[in-house]
Amino acid sequence: MPRISIDPITRLEGHGKIEIFLDEVGNVANTYFQIPELRGFERFCVGRPVEEMPVITNRICGVCPEAHHMAAAKAADAVYHVDPPPAAKKLRELLYSAFYVTDHTTHFYALGGPDFVMGPDAPVADRNILGVIHKVGLEVGSQVIQARKYGHTVIEMIGGRKVHPCTSIPGGLTKGITREQRDDIEKMGRWAVEFAQFSLKLFNDIVLGNKAYVDMILGDIYTHRTYYIGMVDANNCVNFYDGKISVVAPDGEHIGKYAPHEYTEWIAEHVEPWTYLKFPYLKKVGWKGFVDGKDSGVYCATPLARLNAADRMATPRAQEEYERFYATLVQAEGERYTSTGTTKIVHHRLATHWARLVELLYAAERWVELATDPEITSDQFHTVPSEKPTEGVGVVEAPRGTLTHHYWTDERGVLTRVNLIVGTTNNYAPISMSIKKAAQSLIKEGTIVTEGLLNRIEMAFRAYDPCFGCATHSLPGQMPLEVTIRNAQGALIEVLRQYCD
Amino acid sequence: MSVNGKPKFAMYWAAACGGCEIAVLNIHEKILDVDANFDIVFWPVVMDAKYKDIEAMPDGSITLTLFNGGIRNQENAEMAHLLRRKSHILVAFGSCACEGCIPGLANLSTPDSIFDAAFDSITTVNPQHIRPQYTWNAPEGELRIPEFYPVLRTLEQVVPVDYYMPGCPPESHQIGAVIDLVIQALQGKATLPPPGSVIGAGGSTVCDECPRTRNVKAIQRFVRIQDLSHIDPDLCLLEQGIPCNGPATRSGCGALCPLAGAQCIGCYGPAEGVIDYAARLISAFASVIDGKDPDEIERILDGLPDPVGQFYRFNLANSLLRAGKAAHRLEEEEHHAAYQH
Repeated sequence: MPRISIDPITRLEGHGKIEIFLDEVGNVANTYFQIPELRGFERFCVGRPVEEMPVITNRICGVCPEAHHMAAAKAADAVYHVDPPPAAKKLRELLYSAFYVTDHTTHFYALGGPDFVMGPDAPVADRNILGVIHKVGLEVGSQVIQARKYGHTVIEMIGGRKVHPCTSIPGGLTKGITREQRDDIEKMGRWAVEFAQFSLKLFNDIVLGNKAYVDMILGDIYTHRTYYIGMVDANNCVNFYDGKISVVAPDGEHIGKYAPHEYTEWIAEHVEPWTYLKFPYLKKVGWKGFVDGKDSGVYCATPLARLNAADRMATPRAQEEYERFYATLVQAEGERYTSTGTTKIVHHRLATHWARLVELLYAAERWVELATDPEITSDQFHTVPSEKPTEGVGVVEAPRGTLTHHYWTDERGVLTRVNLIVGTTNNYAPISMSIKKAAQSLIKEGTIVTEGLLNRIEMAFRAYDPCFGCATHSLPGQMPLEVTIRNAQGALIEVLRQYCD
Repeated sequence: MSVNGKPKFAMYWAAACGGCEIAVLNIHEKILDVDANFDIVFWPVVMDAKYKDIEAMPDGSITLTLFNGGIRNQENAEMAHLLRRKSHILVAFGSCACEGCIPGLANLSTPDSIFDAAFDSITTVNPQHIRPQYTWNAPEGELRIPEFYPVLRTLEQVVPVDYYMPGCPPESHQIGAVIDLVIQALQGKATLPPPGSVIGAGGSTVCDECPRTRNVKAIQRFVRIQDLSHIDPDLCLLEQGIPCNGPATRSGCGALCPLAGAQCIGCYGPAEGVIDYAARLISAFASVIDGKDPDEIERILDGLPDPVGQFYRFNLANSLLRAGKAAHRLEEEEHHAAYQH
C-alpha cells in the first residue's frame, strides 16, 4: 500500500513520527502518530519515599516541572491523609498561577500565536517570535521576556528554584514568604494582569478583526466533536490547582464530576503496539477507536476543554472574556448560548489559542488575589502528617491537560506502586485524529496537495500545545517535519521540509 | 569555521526532560552573545535543524556541542555517535548526560518490568498484554519504533566526552559563565581547562556554599522532612536529622535547595575527586552517626527507608556498580554497526 512518511526529522531524535497510508484509490486509508520513547518513571519510582516524589517526578518534564511538583505533593498529602494549612495551599496555588502566566505567555507569543499574528500563509521564517516583534513592535518582545522573568521570580521565591522546584512536601511547604517578598509578588502580579489584557486586545485586533482568520478558526479541518474534561472549583469555575474534574459531552451535556480519587472509574487507557504512549479515554463511554462523537470515549484536555467543562471563570476580567469567547464562537456556529452554560460548547481546536489567553488573564488575576490574601505570609505553612500512609491521588491541571498522580505506599510511606496520566497524553488520541483529518483534507484520490500540508498538520498540532517532554522530550510547538511522498511503486516523488533547513 | 567565519555551535537532547533547554533559554540576553559569537548549526528547540546536514558536515567541524539527556534507546545512541564524530568539543551537559540523573534509577529494573508497570497499570485496559513492538505490521504496512535498551547509559559510556557540566539542570549563571569562557578562549583571551574536566561548577561541596550554621554533627536519628514540626531556618539540615546530600555533592548551585528548607538531593553529582558518589555520602553519613552500639546504629540507619535512592538518586547509571564503561562502549559499537547494516 502506498505510504507517506512524515518524519519529524527527528525520526532519529525521538520527537514523533507520522505515517500516512493511502488506499487503492489514493485516499487516506489510515495515519499513525508514533511516540518513540519511554523512560519508565512508573516503575522506578517504586521503592522511593513518597516525600521525594515532588522532586523526582518533576524530572518527567522540564517544561512543566511545576505541574508534576504540585500533583506529586497533592498525591503525597493524600497518601498521608493530611490537609495542608490554608497558607500552604494558597502559596502552592500562587506559585502555580505565576507558572501558568509564564507558560501560556511563552506558548502564545513564541509558539502558537505567530501563526495568527503573522498569518498562516506568512513564510515559515517569519512565523516566530521575531516576526511578531517586527510586526507588533519591539515593546512586545521586552514585555514577553518580562512576563517570563516575573513568573520565574515568583516560582523561585516560593519553590526555591527556577526549574524543578523543591519546597512542596507532604502536609505543605518547607518555607513561607516574607512580607517584602509578598509586596514584590503583588506588584509583579498587577503588571501581569495588564499584560494579559494587552495580549487579549492583541488577539482581538489582529485575529478576531480579520474575517479570514475567523473563518479558519471555524473551519471544519480543525473541528472535532469530542468529550472534554477540566478541573473546576465548588462553583464550577475553572481551577488549575484543586477541585473536581468536570466531564462534558460533545453536545454540551455535563455528564458528571469526579474527585481525584475517583479517576479510575472515569479514565482508562488503550494500548497500541506501534507506539510507546498510551491513549486515555472515558471508561464509561469506552474505546471505539480514533473517532469523534458521543459514542466514542475520546476526550480532550486543553485550555479549550477546561473552558468547555466549566460554567465560568472565578475572576471578573477573565469572566468577561469567557462570555465574549462563547458569545462569539457559539453564535458563529449557530448553536444556542445560554448563561447557565448547559449547552455552550466550542469544538474548534484553533479556538484553543483564544481560550489560552482567557486562562492567562485568569491566572494573572488569581496571582494578585492570592498575593493580597492576608494569610499568604503566615508561618503556618506545614502540618505534620499523623496518620499512617496508604494510598493517594493528586490531580492538577497542567497547562497541557489534566495531570493525575496515583501512589500506593507501605506503612513507612515507601512507594509500592505508581500510576501517572500526564497532561499531553490525554490528548494523544485527539491529536492523532487531527493529523488524520488534516491529511484527509489535503490528499484526495491520489492528488496530494503538497503545498500547505506541513503547515496544516503543524497548526493542528500547535492548537494542543503538545509537549511530549512528558512522554519523550520535544518542547511544545516545535515540530520539525519532513514529508516523504512516494508513489504506489515506492518511488520518491517529493520531499517537503519545515523547521528542518 | 563556517562561511561567516564563526565557530559552529550545537545543542541536542537525548532522553531528557527539556529542563536543560529551559535553563539555557533562561540565560536571557546572553543568548544573544551565543548568537553573535557562534554559528548555531543544530539546536532543535530553538531553530530549524536537519539531521542530514549534520551528517554531511566534515568530521570535527562543530566547535562546541552541548549534549543533554541519557542514552535510553537506539536513537539516542545514534545521535551520540553522530555528534561525537562531528564535534571538536563534546560536553556532557546536565545530570542525565553526566551521570544518568533520576531516569538512571530505571537501571534497577528490567525492561520487562518497566513495560509491565506502564502497559498493565491500573487504568490500562490491555487484556492481551500488548507491548510496544520495535517492528509491527499494521494492516497498511510496517511501522517501526526505536529499540529500548536494557539500561540507561551516560554519554561517556557510549562515546568519549571532553567536558562534563553537571546539574539538574545546570544553573543559568553557570551556563553564562561557561559561554563567556569559551568565547574568550576562542578569542585567545583565556585557556580552556584540560579535557576531562568538570566545567560550570565549583570545586568543593554544597555544604561549603551553604550559609546554614554548622556545629559538630552528632545524629541520633534521621528524620523524614514531613515529620519535623519546625525546620530551623538557620541550622544545618543534616544536624536536624534531615538526610541532606550536601557533604558529597559538588558545589555550583549556590545551595539553592537547603536555602529553601529542602535537603540537597545531589543533582550536581559527586564532589571533586569523588569516584563513587554513594561511597562518599555513606562515609559522610556514617561519620556523623552518634552511636557505638551496633543495634543503635542499625536503628539510626533504619531512618533511611530507601538507601539506594538516597545514595544514588542522580548517580546510579554512573556508579562503580556500572564500572565496565569501556565494555559497554564496545557492546554499543557492535550494536550500532549491526543496526546500520
